[in-house]
Amino acid sequence: MTDQGAIATLSGVAVRMGGTAILRDLDFALDGGEVVGLFGGNGAGKTTLLRVLATLLRPSAGHVDVLGIDVTGDDRNLLRGRIGLIGHTPALYPELTLRENLQFAADVRGVSPSAMHDALGAVGLGAVADRRASACSYGMQRRTEFARELMLEPDLILLDEPHSALDSSAADLVGHLADGVAARGGAAVLVSHDRERVEKVVGRTVELIGGKLR
Amino acid sequence: MWPQIRAVAGRDLLRERRRGEVTWVTLPFGAIALLLIPLAIGTDAPTLRRIGAGLYWIVVLLFGVLVTVRRTAAEGPADRDLAHRLGIDPAASFSGRALANTSMLLVFQLVVGVVAVALYDLEISHWPWLIVVLPAAAAGLGMLGTLAGSIAAGQGGANLVPFLVAPLAVPLLLGATQALDAGLRSGGGILSWVLLMVLVDVLLAIVGVLTARPLQETL
Repeated sequence: MTDQGAIATLSGVAVRMGGTAILRDLDFALDGGEVVGLFGGNGAGKTTLLRVLATLLRPSAGHVDVLGIDVTGDDRNLLRGRIGLIGHTPALYPELTLRENLQFAADVRGVSPSAMHDALGAVGLGAVADRRASACSYGMQRRTEFARELMLEPDLILLDEPHSALDSSAADLVGHLADGVAARGGAAVLVSHDRERVEKVVGRTVELIGGKLR
Repeated sequence: MWPQIRAVAGRDLLRERRRGEVTWVTLPFGAIALLLIPLAIGTDAPTLRRIGAGLYWIVVLLFGVLVTVRRTAAEGPADRDLAHRLGIDPAASFSGRALANTSMLLVFQLVVGVVAVALYDLEISHWPWLIVVLPAAAAGLGMLGTLAGSIAAGQGGANLVPFLVAPLAVPLLLGATQALDAGLRSGGGILSWVLLMVLVDVLLAIVGVLTARPLQETL
């Protein structure tokens, strides 16, 4: 991924849930090499926008193009291994160890064991990787998710409240991951309430107010 | 696709081994159910010997499908999101889950089978047929449970599960019961029942693979 063209283009996007408009007539473009901060109050639609970009939610109206593929079409499955998302709830299997969680992702995506080992080391979990996820703190679970994304090297990374539960030594991981994706020609979107920390990492900021970007 | 199937099956089996749901909950309850039935209908040995095979398969069907449905439907939104984002092919996901469920059901069948033979004094004179009958039944129930669980995970889909499971389970149950019954006696006529089970297995495999993507998209 070295092409610095458009990573995502949204035009006239609307999302309605249970009769409520979450996103309204939203236009947004994300170019290769960009790290964008997305702000907004509670219920502004930040997470919804990330889920649309991650192809986990179909918009009610409008057009969404991610990595050159229309996410409302049948080809959207081709995108899925190329988009990373770290959400509010850690997506880990509690019965498996941290290493086994990464191993599963590595097996599915055909990643080498050395890449997994490096990723665990990069997030500082090498020594505790054989501990079950259910026995780990929320912060350690978040670090594991960072390791997974470092290992999988997505073209688009979406981070929802990435600094949440990370101690100061781990907070640098956010910038490291986002910059790494951008350096490969991909892009990153960081959603946060913590403007001060995010503005140190991003090159551009946008704000969602009432379901529209300002 | 095979590495994904292997990864999904391995993950499910490892999770089950750590949770012990089948080993410590389903298996003992299945054995207890077999133990309770003679208390309800009487302990007449010839009667139990005559209907033993049918009772065994009813217990396998009820407990087996329940556990496989529950395992698939209990998956949380974060789990499903992860499977989507990792780009696991829905057909591979179905196949891997079904493979894991089949393995678990096979163990369940073997253990409960030993209990049934001991309790009902069953004599299996043509036991080599079991090498085909048990896996065929386990595969059918495993795929059926996986399919039903995927439907149950969708919005409002849980209501549809009995309507899906019942008609598809009937030929499996019929085939398994008749094949085992024939195996207990003369061994004649087993082939046609085994073929019925294999036919249902193939049908379930086709339906499961073809519906995997649409079912995933409805979540």
